[in-house]
Amino acid sequence: MTIERPGTGGQPEAVERPEMVGASGRRLGGEAVSVEGLYKSFGDLEVLKGIDLAVAEHEVVCLIGASGSGKSTLLRCVNLLEPVDAGRVVVEGADITARGVKIDIIRRRIGIVFQAYNLFPHMSVIDNVMLAPRKVLKLSKSEAKSQALTLLQRFGLEEKADQYPDRLSGGQQQRVAIVRALAMKPDLLLLDEITSALDPELVAEVLDVIRELAEAGMTMIIATHEMGFARDIADRVCFLDAGRLLEEGPPDEIFGHPREARTRQFLDRVIQAGRMGGGSSGG
Amino acid sequence: MSGTPPSRIPRVRQAISAPAHRWPRLTAFVIATVSTFIVLAVVGFLVVNAAGWPKFQKAFLDGEVFFDRLPEIAKAFLLNVRLFVTAEVLILGGGLLLAVLRGLKSPIFFPLRLAAIAYIDIMRGLPSILVIYMLGLGIPTLNIAGVSKDPFIWAVVALTMVWSAYVAEVYRSGIESVHPSQNAAARSLGLSASQSMRFVVLPQAIRRVIPPLLNDFIGLMKDTALISFIGPIEVFRRAQISAAATFNFTPYLVSAMIFLLLTIPMARLVDWLVERSRRRQTAGSR
Repeated sequence: MTIERPGTGGQPEAVERPEMVGASGRRLGGEAVSVEGLYKSFGDLEVLKGIDLAVAEHEVVCLIGASGSGKSTLLRCVNLLEPVDAGRVVVEGADITARGVKIDIIRRRIGIVFQAYNLFPHMSVIDNVMLAPRKVLKLSKSEAKSQALTLLQRFGLEEKADQYPDRLSGGQQQRVAIVRALAMKPDLLLLDEITSALDPELVAEVLDVIRELAEAGMTMIIATHEMGFARDIADRVCFLDAGRLLEEGPPDEIFGHPREARTRQFLDRVIQAGRMGGGSSGG
Repeated sequence: MSGTPPSRIPRVRQAISAPAHRWPRLTAFVIATVSTFIVLAVVGFLVVNAAGWPKFQKAFLDGEVFFDRLPEIAKAFLLNVRLFVTAEVLILGGGLLLAVLRGLKSPIFFPLRLAAIAYIDIMRGLPSILVIYMLGLGIPTLNIAGVSKDPFIWAVVALTMVWSAYVAEVYRSGIESVHPSQNAAARSLGLSASQSMRFVVLPQAIRRVIPPLLNDFIGLMKDTALISFIGPIEVFRRAQISAAATFNFTPYLVSAMIFLLLTIPMARLVDWLVERSRRRQTAGSR
């Protein structure tokens, strides 16, 4: 299987490492990002208490855990939306938490999609998608436009190109937010509970997009409450509890035979709440 | 829920729109009209029957004086307009610059931020007339070679200095009203802090502060009369001169009406702009 990253225009991957295969059956590459001994506090509240996590190219890592366990904060630290207190974030071999690193350049390569979409309400859909390619990558208007239209088309949004975000359903808005992140051709995509704000019937259309991206080889770290989806798509599942990465492993192991009592407790509660099956739509 | 419900929809609408009693549309219109006429009639009756009404009518509402003096007063108003427009352009830019400086978070820019805060505090605390006096009389007195002594220029500078401080605070409230997640989204796409400000935060902020900005426009419009204190004859001074010449106060009424002729359409225009941008954003297409 030739792995193509979304949006890279079909450039072949530089390195193929057939010896590494994820739980999903996807081939994994070298290390894309690693988080080492990460600490983060907000005032007196210590949210991350020494997180270590390495993610390979093409790998899909799902972060699960209760609200407040630090999933979102971890994602926001990976692209430095939150400054870290201690520890390192290394992206493709370079320590991005070091002093003097040009944060804006790093962020071009790391896309993030937020729970609340955060589309720019004063811009049409296509302008939302074109803004960063034009201003950051300095593409011409026509280049940026044709690239944006191709992406919108790919995700069934071309008819919405000239609409403003508040005319779109939540699912459509979230898909536009994903397209907006993809327009920067990121090497790594961070998804921060992107279905949590959606009506249940709109969750599937967004998860299908993520599934497609995973199949195309996009490296992703996904914070999610959709356990069925995580089980389905992840190469590796990480359970966060009170700011620590308590347990990690292939989805079958974490969901099937969790080692830690806290993990079992959490999953039991999730099953009781009926969220286990949610999200494994069609695929 | 007895009998056959006539239709579900009116019932639902009633539940939504009628927390209290509501008049039907036509009835509401008739009531509003009648009540307005009654109030006007009562006020009119009281004024016209006041002991001093004939004297007042003669002093303030002299039709002959009104039309006689209208052209010269209207002409003097052009100076106010010129002063207003020149200062307004500078104020919109200066206020924005101050607001952005004040919002700089990096410690490197702390001196700039401090200077902006100090400037805004001082300028908001001074009456415009004092600043106009100090610049309009003080600087020509200094007699520096190459520096203009034109009172118009110094009135523009003084009004710009004072009103930039007010307008900066209006802009700032708009900037702060844009949710931080918008900035986070922009920065996460690789936009720099200044690009995020320019393309994402400010366009939203400015749209939100158009109505309060208009209040300041109107305040500035009225402040243009202060230029007369350092020499130039604008609409208010012209009315004063006309009043002295005719022994009649009607010229003041002329100048008041001229001001309203400009300020009321301004208020309507901005309401319309706000409404249009609201409609546009909910209409779906450009």
